[in-house]
Amino acid sequence: MARKLIIDGKEIEAEDTLTLLQACEQAGAEIPRFCYHERLSVAGNCRMCMVEWVGAPKPQVSCSLQVKDIFPNKDGTPAKINTNSPVAKKAREGVMEFLLINHPLDCPICDQGGECDLQDQAMGYGRANFHRFHENKRAVEDKYMGPLIKTAMNRCIQCTRCVRFATEVAGVPDLGATGRGEDMEITTYLEKAFSSELSGNVVDLCPVGALTSKPYSYNARPWELKHTESIDIMDAQGCNTRIDTRGRSVLRVLPRLNEEINEEWLHDKGRHIWDGLGRQRLDRPYVRKNGKLQAASWHDAFALIAAKAKATKPERMAAIVGDLAAAEEIKALKDLMTSLGVINLDCRQEGATLGGARPSYLFNTSIAGVEAADALLLIGCNPRWEAPVLNARIRKTWLAGALQVANLGLAVDLTYPAAELGTDIATLEALADGSHPFAEVLRNAKRPMLILGTGALARKDGAAVLYRAAKIARETGMIGPAGTAAEGGWNGFNVLHTAASRVAALDLGFVPGPEGRDVTGIIDGAQKGEIDFIYLLGADELPLETMGRPFVVYQGSHGDAGASYADVILPGSAFSEKDGLFANFEGRVQEAPRAVFPPGEAKEDWAILRALSEELKHPLPYDTLEALRRVLVAELPQYGALGTLPRHEGADPALWGALGAEGPLAIDVPLAAAIGDYYLTNAIARASLVMADCSRILLHDGQTKMAAE
Amino acid sequence: MSVRRLHEIQPESFAFSEANLARVQEWMAKFPEGRQRSAVIAALWIGQEQEGWVTKPMVEEVGRLLDMPYIRVLEVATFYTMFYLAPVGKHHLQVCTTTPCWLRGSDEVVKACKKHIHDKPHTVSADGQFSWEEMECLGACVNAPMMLIDKDPYEDLTGDKVVEIIEALRRGESPKTGSQIDRHTSEPVGGRTTLTKEEA
Repeated sequence: MARKLIIDGKEIEAEDTLTLLQACEQAGAEIPRFCYHERLSVAGNCRMCMVEWVGAPKPQVSCSLQVKDIFPNKDGTPAKINTNSPVAKKAREGVMEFLLINHPLDCPICDQGGECDLQDQAMGYGRANFHRFHENKRAVEDKYMGPLIKTAMNRCIQCTRCVRFATEVAGVPDLGATGRGEDMEITTYLEKAFSSELSGNVVDLCPVGALTSKPYSYNARPWELKHTESIDIMDAQGCNTRIDTRGRSVLRVLPRLNEEINEEWLHDKGRHIWDGLGRQRLDRPYVRKNGKLQAASWHDAFALIAAKAKATKPERMAAIVGDLAAAEEIKALKDLMTSLGVINLDCRQEGATLGGARPSYLFNTSIAGVEAADALLLIGCNPRWEAPVLNARIRKTWLAGALQVANLGLAVDLTYPAAELGTDIATLEALADGSHPFAEVLRNAKRPMLILGTGALARKDGAAVLYRAAKIARETGMIGPAGTAAEGGWNGFNVLHTAASRVAALDLGFVPGPEGRDVTGIIDGAQKGEIDFIYLLGADELPLETMGRPFVVYQGSHGDAGASYADVILPGSAFSEKDGLFANFEGRVQEAPRAVFPPGEAKEDWAILRALSEELKHPLPYDTLEALRRVLVAELPQYGALGTLPRHEGADPALWGALGAEGPLAIDVPLAAAIGDYYLTNAIARASLVMADCSRILLHDGQTKMAAE
Repeated sequence: MSVRRLHEIQPESFAFSEANLARVQEWMAKFPEGRQRSAVIAALWIGQEQEGWVTKPMVEEVGRLLDMPYIRVLEVATFYTMFYLAPVGKHHLQVCTTTPCWLRGSDEVVKACKKHIHDKPHTVSADGQFSWEEMECLGACVNAPMMLIDKDPYEDLTGDKVVEIIEALRRGESPKTGSQIDRHTSEPVGGRTTLTKEEA
């Protein structure tokens, strides 16, 4: 039902389900607010959003007044709401006066200054040159909330957004408001750290400077910063971000609104790795001489690689793509290696058996599509760590209705209840043949889905796991008609990747050729002396210590594991320093443009490969990034349609019946976690002191891990 | 009112006695499945009756029992002043000092408490028998000034009356509750002035 309202003289029809504040916004009015937030429950405690309902005795709190409760005037004309009348303005001025009684007004030393809701709204509703309170302001002790959140509780105006976020969205009810009245305090239980992977979002939500970012504290003022709209690549979700820079340094990362991907949240790793972008950088080429890495010129480094490559047969060469590479350099490396005749190519560092048809390795339901699901089977994945923002979406779906979740894998607190099916892989067999009770739940569900994690795919029997997952998907009605979830199509078969580069690399076919070796084969081959030359494109998560001594070229941005085994280091760019395309686990391609320039002599990665190809006498057929992208789009048209979701093509027995291999499951190997430490999953995160702090305090009880361990 | 925090010195553990656990479970059973946390006030109150005050292990035990985060229990415990967050004496005096009682002489009552119990509120007297605190309006303004001892109100007080009551309690007696002057409940002092006889 809708009813008519006259808002600021403009007649509109507002749905009954809306609040008056939303109706006012539909009418184009701007309503000030502190406690109201569209993604949180309505608290109605700041009183800043008051408007005048003509005829009502008092101003009305628009955020908590529902349209359905607004009755028309006695003569039948629609109710008149004024958002800018003297009554509304006076009410808000009164609220502002109350809020400022106890607010310290220490804006000059407050990190929120310049982007503070209270500051902004005081410009509109503060009473200038007028105050009548001479008492002391209240003083509140600052609280400890962990390594990421800095508190200045004198500034708190008790909007409780942070408490509601922690309880509702993050699902980690660590925050609360103790005491009451003037003595109310926002705190964690007895100074415990706020242990959520989404904790940084409370800093964005805080309308004042009570909760600010600890790593960013006193670093910059918002008006000094240059903003670049970018993509987060710390996991494979592709959360939309904004990188704030000053001069040559990245100073912070903030989330950007994208309803289809991250709503307006960002996980802590994506938000706080920026200090890792400036540490442990490879800023010039190195060449190993007499067992030691020594600084070299680009020319010398290339010459050495060329000499080595010339002397090595293609079947004794290999290339591995790491977790943070953009599509452009993967394409360039693939073309270069193919032109040299190398077939030992792989991008699946963890050893998952994926590749081939695109839907077989994508998150087909799409992130927003999760909200339509009513049954969910997790297989060997922990979305809370592998994609925290996706996990918030699953929790949102569970909160909204009847989502039934079962977890086949390590039992963890997912922030929503899940039937724990254990780590025994034999249970997957029972699910696949339909004898398990949860198979019945999936069959009865309207829109069932499963998420297949790296923990299940990166096993020796990964192909058998994939086969059974596809069987479950086929036989419980997960593969529906064509179209997006919004169009009535449904595809509940999902693979959850943990690396931002993986989908692009699989799209480009960076997998071994028919006779080629995969990652395990390459490392084994190197150990046995059958592989002499390995090209690592930012690949650090490999058991490199076991591979003997082949000639290793490491191209990447950070001095991590890969670089320490390298014979030649080519300094590349981090994601913030180059224009790069990344495909997220949905298969959605997005661009992360350059925010700053790479340090020292480091270059854009595709350009390094282009230059090297010249040296190897197999020049790549593109001289500019635009030319490279044209080649890329010609091969994969979806890389030209940025931001769009691949459309589900419907049930195709040929595809869904042929996934994986029927072979036996390795019954004696329990399912394991894909990620050992959420905060330290890649080279940038491992270089970040903030992430090291988080890992130590939040995951290891404050104990520093010794280097020898 | 002041900031309410858990006491610095806390006991090691807390467990409901068998009888009290049964009472808590009786309260939990009053609410629909999944809403057991509605029993939090009752549970804390029963715990306080058992221990005398609300302790940290009690907050955590109640949280476990009702399946709610500790912080949610702490919020409730710090919100209501009826929960004592520090040890109290055998008898705890809550002296109303809100405007009507203050106008009618609650300063005298406070003075007597300071002299005969302890200089500071929320502090147990030397013999362990008493503690006192100032309290907001307890809803007996017509009999001001008044105080609450444990669960009983004592009204129409003077400084001397308070001393008498304290001494009587110290001797183990049970002084008369309610109005301390010749007055029936909150009827006018000196007897009724209207409705003095029954009329048809």
